[in-house]
Amino acid sequence: MKQLFSLERKDVILLVCFTAAVFAGPILMKPLGAGYPDLLQKFAIFGIFALGFNILFGLTGYLSFGHAAFLGVGSYTAVWTFKLLSMNPVPAIIFATVIGGLFSAVIGFISLRRTGIYFSILTLAFAQMSYNLAYSVLTPITNGETGLQLNQADPRVLDIAFGRDYGAVLPSSDLFGIDMTGWPGFYFCATMLIICFFIALRIFRSPFGMMLRAIKSNQNRMMYTGFNTRPYALAAFVISGMYAGLAGGLMAVTDPLAGAERMQWTASGEVVLMTILGGAGTLLGPVIGAGAIKYFENIFSAYNDGILQEAFSFLPEGLQHVFVSVSSLFVGEGWHLTLGALFMLIVIFLPGGLMEGIRRIQVLISNRFGSGGGGADAKSNPAPAE
Amino acid sequence: MSILSVKNVNKNFGGLKALNDVNLEVQEGTVHAIIGPNGAGKSTLLNCFIGRLIPDTGSVTFNGQSLLGIQPHEINQAGVSRVFQTPEIFEELSLIENVMIPAFATRDGAFTINAWHGVSDEGLLRDKASEMLADVGLAEKRHDIAGQLSRGDKRRLELAMCLVQDPRLLLLDEPTAGMARADTNNTIDLMKRIASRGMTMVVIEHDMHVVFSLAERISVLAQGTVIVEDQPENIKGNLKVQEAYLGGAHL
Ligand SMILES: Nc1ncnc2c1ncn2[C@@H]1O[C@H](COP(=O)(O)OP(=O)(O)OP(=O)(O)O)[C@@H](O)[C@H]1O
Ligand SMILES: [Mg+2]
Repeated sequence: MKQLFSLERKDVILLVCFTAAVFAGPILMKPLGAGYPDLLQKFAIFGIFALGFNILFGLTGYLSFGHAAFLGVGSYTAVWTFKLLSMNPVPAIIFATVIGGLFSAVIGFISLRRTGIYFSILTLAFAQMSYNLAYSVLTPITNGETGLQLNQADPRVLDIAFGRDYGAVLPSSDLFGIDMTGWPGFYFCATMLIICFFIALRIFRSPFGMMLRAIKSNQNRMMYTGFNTRPYALAAFVISGMYAGLAGGLMAVTDPLAGAERMQWTASGEVVLMTILGGAGTLLGPVIGAGAIKYFENIFSAYNDGILQEAFSFLPEGLQHVFVSVSSLFVGEGWHLTLGALFMLIVIFLPGGLMEGIRRIQVLISNRFGSGGGGADAKSNPAPAE
Repeated sequence: MSILSVKNVNKNFGGLKALNDVNLEVQEGTVHAIIGPNGAGKSTLLNCFIGRLIPDTGSVTFNGQSLLGIQPHEINQAGVSRVFQTPEIFEELSLIENVMIPAFATRDGAFTINAWHGVSDEGLLRDKASEMLADVGLAEKRHDIAGQLSRGDKRRLELAMCLVQDPRLLLLDEPTAGMARADTNNTIDLMKRIASRGMTMVVIEHDMHVVFSLAERISVLAQGTVIVEDQPENIKGNLKVQEAYLGGAHL
């Protein structure tokens, strides 16, 4: 127990800074036009999703294309917990995490019989199967296309047992009386993100984390060195599945409904993009990547022709027309085009993701201003960024 | 006492007879060299010891236990470590991590989730790994990334990775290839020290200087068959051996 919280100095600093930045999110994000709870909740939730995905992909190198399935399972589980037990978010996220973990144990067990592209295809196939099942045969559990929703007539046995009656209104999740929408919802998700970050930090610094990185580096050497690699990969898979389940549960906490589209392959692809964009294998990268993608999605998808016309109104009419019609391809529904372009730029110029960019800037600054102390340090430790 | 016993091992690749009825007994605590021309089947034979290949027929027994049909990690856990012909190391990790990982395998077994304390808390293991790196002459590079090493250094790193496991049987596939003369001599010295501690070794080597300064027993492999097995003195003058190496050309 003594070593439960023992961290190295630089990791303590990292954790404190991370916590401060997350809790100060509402203030920090305000100048960027993102200082409102719904978006910040998304940052935190997808941050958790990507953080977990990175434990699998960033450390072991196994690229799963099906992690949205666990997100969806987490959401369904949370909504069912609301319906059957209580509107309190705590049991909901506990069950979401556990069921996400169990589900990923089954899919991981089968998919990890293969490596490389075949592993990716297997996970993709399982996720698409889950998605289709959620739409069809599993309708009694998932409520098919409509999505799973709360109902006034839900049993909520724990709430009833503790004399909590929501009356005639449709309840929303609340933590012992604190409504989980808006700012309290954000702080709840933010707390979870910090706990998840702490756990990821422990894993990264542990012998277990080192084994996972070794599997990515040379799986053969691991085998001939006496390691049974498959249970290691499975453990990483299940941990990332639990993170995804938790993220899905939190989505339901802030907005109590669950739909099958959450499990679709585009959602699985999104978490891959977040992780790579931020920097796979780094601690902070995936969280930053998740924030960046959700931020740009929000900004660019909100633009429409009206706003563009105004933005280019200083141009002569003909030119304005051209500019508006070209740029309108990249906004609104077409924001994915922007995402694609951004992603290509990053992968080509910063293969290590945004974290590599940050590191390069650090080196540049310390070379220019420091007497080489910081620069030398950055050079002697090129591999693990925070 | 023989610790490794190979009986009537055959291995075909398509029509190619890579191993043809190979028999080999390695005595505990000795250095046994396997020599032979390129393509003789030396590496293939080692592959049959570590679970990379399964012989078509025959048996391989280590310390009374059959090595056929068990997983590579189980073979290592039983006490067999190998240095490969092309170095198999963790290129992206630092040297010290490269050596700590095998030490973990030996200490904690084939699978343990050690996720709740830091690698930095593993002082003993780190010291042991540092010591091994010092033994192979890589101490000052211990925080470098392994992929940046020269080929000879990679080989020495891999040797340290095997030695840190303190194996009962160490298999070396051309441990000095790609090394400068000085490093080769250091490696020979190191291997002599290890041998004097009683570790059993099987060494494949092209460099006859290395072979004759280390081996107590030599098997000569040509076209998948052991043509001679004897003490080094007797191998030197053996005509069959010269023929195998030089393809019958006149000496
Ligand atoms: N996996 C494989 N598939 C097909 N053929 C193989 C395989 N491995 C080895 N061979 C063939 O078997 C023969 C013996 O190869 P092996 O690598 O054992 O030779 P070697 O004695 O180690 O030679 P060298 O001194 O060049 O390392 C060669 O002809 C080689 O091409
Ligand atoms: Mg060979």
